[in-house]
Amino acid sequence: MAKEQKHVIAMLVEDQPGVLTRIAGMFARRGFNIDTITVGKTTKKGISKMVITVIGDDRTLEQVEKQINKLVDTIKVIEMPADKSIIRELCLLKVALPDKKAKEEILRYTKIYKTKIVDITTKDVTAELVGSPDKIDSFIELMKPFGVREISRTGVTAVSRTQNGN
Amino acid sequence: MKGSEAIVKTLLKQGTDITFGFPGGSVIPLFDAFLDYHGKIKNVLVRHEQGAAHAAEGYARASGKVGVCIATSGPGATNLVTGIMNAYMDSSPIIAFGGQVPVSLIGNDAFQETDMMGITLPITKHNFQMRSQKDVVPMIMKAYKIASEGRPGPVYIDLPKDPQVGEVNGDLPKEVMIEGFQPTLQPNPMQIKRAAEAILKAQRPLLLVGGGVIIANASKEINELLELLRIPAATTMMGKGAVDERHPLILGNVGMHGRKIANYASVHADLIIAIGCRFSDRITGNLKTYAENAKVIHIDIDPAEIGKNVKVDIPIVGDAKNSINALTAALRKLLKKSQESEWSKRMRELKATCDKCVKFKSSGIHPKMVMDELNKILKPEDIVTTGVGQHQMFAMHYIKRSKPRTFISSGGAGTMGFGLPAALGAKVAKPNNRVFCIDGDGSFQMNIQELGTAKEEGIKTNVIIMNNSYLGMVRQWLEIFFHKRYSQVWLGKVPDFVRVAEAYGLKGLRVTKPSELGPALKESVKSDVTTVIDVHVEQESNILPMLSPGGHLKEAFGGCIKAQGQFF
Repeated sequence: MAKEQKHVIAMLVEDQPGVLTRIAGMFARRGFNIDTITVGKTTKKGISKMVITVIGDDRTLEQVEKQINKLVDTIKVIEMPADKSIIRELCLLKVALPDKKAKEEILRYTKIYKTKIVDITTKDVTAELVGSPDKIDSFIELMKPFGVREISRTGVTAVSRTQNGN
Repeated sequence: MKGSEAIVKTLLKQGTDITFGFPGGSVIPLFDAFLDYHGKIKNVLVRHEQGAAHAAEGYARASGKVGVCIATSGPGATNLVTGIMNAYMDSSPIIAFGGQVPVSLIGNDAFQETDMMGITLPITKHNFQMRSQKDVVPMIMKAYKIASEGRPGPVYIDLPKDPQVGEVNGDLPKEVMIEGFQPTLQPNPMQIKRAAEAILKAQRPLLLVGGGVIIANASKEINELLELLRIPAATTMMGKGAVDERHPLILGNVGMHGRKIANYASVHADLIIAIGCRFSDRITGNLKTYAENAKVIHIDIDPAEIGKNVKVDIPIVGDAKNSINALTAALRKLLKKSQESEWSKRMRELKATCDKCVKFKSSGIHPKMVMDELNKILKPEDIVTTGVGQHQMFAMHYIKRSKPRTFISSGGAGTMGFGLPAALGAKVAKPNNRVFCIDGDGSFQMNIQELGTAKEEGIKTNVIIMNNSYLGMVRQWLEIFFHKRYSQVWLGKVPDFVRVAEAYGLKGLRVTKPSELGPALKESVKSDVTTVIDVHVEQESNILPMLSPGGHLKEAFGGCIKAQGQFF
């Protein structure tokens, strides 16, 4: 059995109505699962960059790439391997502040994780964390015992890492 | 000029002088513009939009040009859907225009508003919505490019009323560029070299010829390759006609209803060279056991087809014609002397045996008798279309074709009712070729209304209905896989197809005895109008051998296979 793992795929697409539907529709139709998806503008007018994470084996990945490439609105597709890419996600996390002791502990963790406190009230604190999806996962795990009130993750975005010496 | 006129001008510029369509409120301006170009462009008025889409595909497949169909908004457009899907599955270049509510009303659920962009998204190569008259010319030009280049396919254009009536600058750009659409046409020379070496090393090579060879107009090239290699070749249904089936090394169709010899070769080959085929389940049977002892070279213009179903040893992305030429050139360099191998000799012998071993008992007219009679009168350039069902498999199995674009059938989609409109489209494309539609009584009734089109547009075809009063293929499955528990397959003795033909002002002939077959076909061909021959075939004959869905190819059974698992 081929190994199932997360793959990050980046693509340049025409910024046109329906392009997201075309890509999402293709995934659904062919039974591929989108784990996360992000879209944003590029420096070139009319071209957007989309980053999708998909879970599957190598064969699935190959089919996904080929099928995306087939869409007329897709200009370029590249896989972003973890060791050759900078992969980031943003997470907003609202955690309850049950008592003073918990508050101190939470604030200590947020420092360790280099998160930014974007809002704080007597009832809860909202942290903004940027990092790899794994880092975000582990921060969330750490916060769970305090009571996670609300969470919003953007999904990953990525750029390639320039190799030294080339 | 008005947008509608610009549409007509662009169609003409792209080489379309015939469309197939049906009017309605939202495409009135477009058809109005047709009047001003009388004598230059003509619309064939169909009786149902599904007929328009199939006719456009029949036209495209007979001619190699892009077929165009037009329907109005809402139900008009949704009626095109089956035909668009059929063209998608069989990689046929068609452009389908569907009307739409005015741009200002889109999203308001106005009369006949339908999200055709959403509906056609998964069944088109691409689709466009014209939101302004500025879109008219470039969008249509892009549609032609996308429909016809690379792996062909259908393009849908959503056509609101406003761009048709707005003022357009009629200048046509020479060329349009689509950044995300640049098919690979030239094969990689290293891969070609590897393929050539593998072919020469193989003991038992088999060429598998798919529809891509016909689409790429590569029949001449594939014949040259076969002549050089002198190896056996089998075809998919879509590849039927790409090579001359009368040749002793052309084994015929493979797969679920394939010929015994073709499936035997598929199972025993040690190298399968597939060109322009997508290894559909109807060809491979169980994917796990398909080509289990063979290496696979897969040549296709669509990279996504390579490795999708079957594990490939040597993938080659490229146009079939270019790839075959490159392969032949590479082989010429390596091959010292062209000679027939033991394997080829054996295939030649077995094919001859196989041709003789067809056995059937019949009290009345067995479907094979109809095919035999047809084979007697068919000329190489005659075009045969089919509906979907048993009659289609009989035709695939027994009708001999030697030229490309002369066998037009619904492959990937299996669309009942395809035969008649496709025949009309084919005849329009090739007015000098005789066109025969082999259909079943069930399949024919799905687009029987197009007899009206045949009459009023004066399109002469020959329709042969293999009438068994059953939905024959389903009945066969129920007999074999469901212990003869017949559910929902009896159609009864209606209608009287002879009288239906006559009611449409056409000719109808009835055949109830084998001896009447030949004369009826001759009479049909002689007649000036489309003629419907209602052949009362034996009610419960089966198309055999066959393979259970998902089975191993060597498990094909029935007909000339004496015991399952034993080909010869």
